[in-house]
Amino acid sequence: MDQIFSNISLLFEFPVVNISILLEGLMIGSLFALSAYGLALVWGVMNVKNLAQGDFVVAGGYVSWYFSGFGMNPLLGVPLAFVMMWGLGWVIYKTVISRVIERDLFTSLLATFGLAIMMAQLMNLMFGSDTQSIKLEYETLYFFDDFVSVPIAKLIGVIMALSLAAAVIYFMKTSRMGQAIRATAQDARAARVMGIDTEKIYAFTFSLNSAICGAAGAIIVMVWLIQPFYGITYSIRAFVIVTAAGLGNLPGVIAAGLGIGALEQYGAHIFGIGYQQAIAVLLLLFVLFIRLLQQRRSRQALQ
Amino acid sequence: MITQKPLFYAGLLALIFVLPFLFPAYGVQLAAMWLMIIVAMTWDMTGGQMGYNSLGNIFFYGTGMYVAALVFIGMSHDIGAYTDASGGGSFQFTDAQYFSGVFFGLIAAGLFCAVSAVVIGMLIFGLRGPYFAIGTLAVAIAAGELVSNWDWVGGGQGIALPIYPGDIDVGKKFFYFLFAGLGVTIFIFLKWLYTTRFGAAINAIRDDEEKAEAMGIHTMWYKLTTWAISAFFVGIAGGLSAFQLIHFEPLESAYQTINLGIFMVVCVLLGGKGTLWGPVIGAIAFHLFKEVTWAYLLGWQWVALGGLIVVTVVYFQDGFLGWVKQQKPEWFGVRVDNGSTENAGTAK
Amino acid sequence: MTKIIEVTGVSKSYGGVIANKDISLSVKKGGITGLIGPNGSGKTTLFNSIVGYHPIDGGSIKFENNEISNMQVQEIARLGMLRTFQQTRIYGEMNCVENMLISLPHRKLTWRERFSSNTKVDYERADHLLEFVGLFEKRFLRSGSLSFGQQKLLEFAMALMNEPTVLLLDEPTAGINPTLINGLIDRLKRANTEFGITLFIIEHNMRVIMNMADTIYCLAHGEMLASGTPDEIQNDQNVVDAYLGAH
Repeated sequence: MDQIFSNISLLFEFPVVNISILLEGLMIGSLFALSAYGLALVWGVMNVKNLAQGDFVVAGGYVSWYFSGFGMNPLLGVPLAFVMMWGLGWVIYKTVISRVIERDLFTSLLATFGLAIMMAQLMNLMFGSDTQSIKLEYETLYFFDDFVSVPIAKLIGVIMALSLAAAVIYFMKTSRMGQAIRATAQDARAARVMGIDTEKIYAFTFSLNSAICGAAGAIIVMVWLIQPFYGITYSIRAFVIVTAAGLGNLPGVIAAGLGIGALEQYGAHIFGIGYQQAIAVLLLLFVLFIRLLQQRRSRQALQ
Repeated sequence: MITQKPLFYAGLLALIFVLPFLFPAYGVQLAAMWLMIIVAMTWDMTGGQMGYNSLGNIFFYGTGMYVAALVFIGMSHDIGAYTDASGGGSFQFTDAQYFSGVFFGLIAAGLFCAVSAVVIGMLIFGLRGPYFAIGTLAVAIAAGELVSNWDWVGGGQGIALPIYPGDIDVGKKFFYFLFAGLGVTIFIFLKWLYTTRFGAAINAIRDDEEKAEAMGIHTMWYKLTTWAISAFFVGIAGGLSAFQLIHFEPLESAYQTINLGIFMVVCVLLGGKGTLWGPVIGAIAFHLFKEVTWAYLLGWQWVALGGLIVVTVVYFQDGFLGWVKQQKPEWFGVRVDNGSTENAGTAK
Repeated sequence: MTKIIEVTGVSKSYGGVIANKDISLSVKKGGITGLIGPNGSGKTTLFNSIVGYHPIDGGSIKFENNEISNMQVQEIARLGMLRTFQQTRIYGEMNCVENMLISLPHRKLTWRERFSSNTKVDYERADHLLEFVGLFEKRFLRSGSLSFGQQKLLEFAMALMNEPTVLLLDEPTAGINPTLINGLIDRLKRANTEFGITLFIIEHNMRVIMNMADTIYCLAHGEMLASGTPDEIQNDQNVVDAYLGAH
């Protein structure tokens, strides 16, 4: 308890610490927002709530980590993870997701939960249960009398995340495929009537989501840590963000992502790193509860 | 039929009674099978009969473990000192202390879990469908993480309890019969509950909650009560496991989200959701399958489990009884054709 | 006669679309009140506002002199005000008798009665009401296998089983075979006179509503256009124009 109070008072005594925590949180939050955007995409288009979302992220990280072990430039790991996870997402769609898509929602939730367990365990068998990361040989920038440090690697990671997000958004807004995806999200039956092959749209959307997650994971492995069982935490973070922001609310997803990142960093600073997962999960409960109150005011249930 | 049914149940009871004597070497496994049956039946109360698929019922199992253990210790010793020493041998329990501790520990575990089900339920039963599943999962994960950071209850080390005082084989049978008794009690209770208006009301919530609300059914009361009853039984089962396992820790044995927490769902899906016998059949089948194959899978067990979940959900969602129902709807009293209507009304 | 439902100045808009604008009406206890209007005139929106499906933007809704515009659907239902749906909602997996038994007035059940089995009286009432709507022969069939019209009748019977004080019916004759409509009118009237249930009915079929209602309100473009007895409504130039204009 004393430790917690001294951690809090530190924030007030040295305001620069806040800047350091905030910066860290925003950088990580941008990666959370990326995987949350993928979740919102799949959720909105095919009404599948993907609990394996975080495991796609971790798998993307392992792709990059594995190949950089052979001397590949880690920056190339991002496009590589994007492509490979695209393929994996397509396979998973064809074998599992396409069969649960028309069923009730718990079915798809449970199916993806099964997938999550399977992927986490497979990665555990293949890569071991140690935490892994890629060390990038870049300098670190210092500000405020060295109180705030910003490794250039992290800066690169954030820039890559932002450009990937921008590319995906541009694609969704302008391309024909993007238009078809948005039409399917609004009303799949109407889209089918208008001659859109929704099966193709679903496969594309799910693969795209998987690829975005993979790329996010490849960035995370450069700036942070991955471990086979970290997936569920990322999934929960993605759910927190999407639940807080709502579907089809892109600025909301970005804001919520950055907010969650910052909140988690503050929580870890105050309560200690051991509570990090608990904080992510409690945030989910908190957000669900707030949304519930909002819905009750409009005489609706959250479903 | 009338003479056959009591005979069937009597035979079943006799079998339950003699099993531990027939297979004395498998006492622990048989008790574990009862645990599986118990958690499957109680999961089906909300998941199958009421349509609220919880992924967090394991919360009550873990909480039951902790509450039972803490009450047990607290009745004879100081809890903080006990957990500090992680049960390091210097704390003795007399026979009377042991049995009264077990008794009150189990009662307390059940009651505490029922109350916490009501409290948590009031917060999250406004959530429907997948939000409810994810919300309950979050509760279970959060509880595990928080408890493992809480030193007073043993932190990540968990709690060690004394072994059964007396002959080790008698101890095995002691726990077998406690588990079996609890399982049979739950079965009889549910068999009765599902014939009452209560059972009909929770089925109505499952089939169309909005309509149920529009008809003025007290949906929140039914949801809370159902979950509280379910949690009561799971809590007792958790407490029993604590005394049987002797040592447990928060993440792997108490709040084992992907272990028992997901097994119970798989059991129910395998056997058939929303039926009385489905969870029982599913639990027995799954437990036998698991016990037989686990040892041969060499580290691939969990991958296989994930695969089993996916395959069950994708290809075999209605479960065994669902499949039978599709083949022989008349066994379940379903009528679709325009046949005669004599004496079918008393079938309920 | 006293007013059982009193709607005063209720407005409701979705986004920018105004569905109800400053609507005031009242339903007399023990009577049959009709609500008519062209498609999209805001009739169902008003029903949903009354039974609590969405919040209203302004105004007040009173049931037996209690403000209900802030209550949840089930709280309102428990006061004794029930509604049927335009698209029927029944429990398709259960048979008709089970559907009826679920519709018991749960608000009147004590804690112990909820945990007991249905009594013989309940079964008899269910059978009686199924007979009343003409579904007695089909009572053990899975209700999902019934035709749309039969499902509507079942939903009506379920509503009666619930012993409401007021019943809001959203287009009870839509989708029902025209030859059966006379029978349905008769049953609605009998529900009103024999069981003493106040009826508030949305209806498109002019012949039906003119035959039954003692007071009729007409909505158009979300506003109250006219109100009065069937005769007055039939001779109201505004109403005639609204209906002809809608075509």
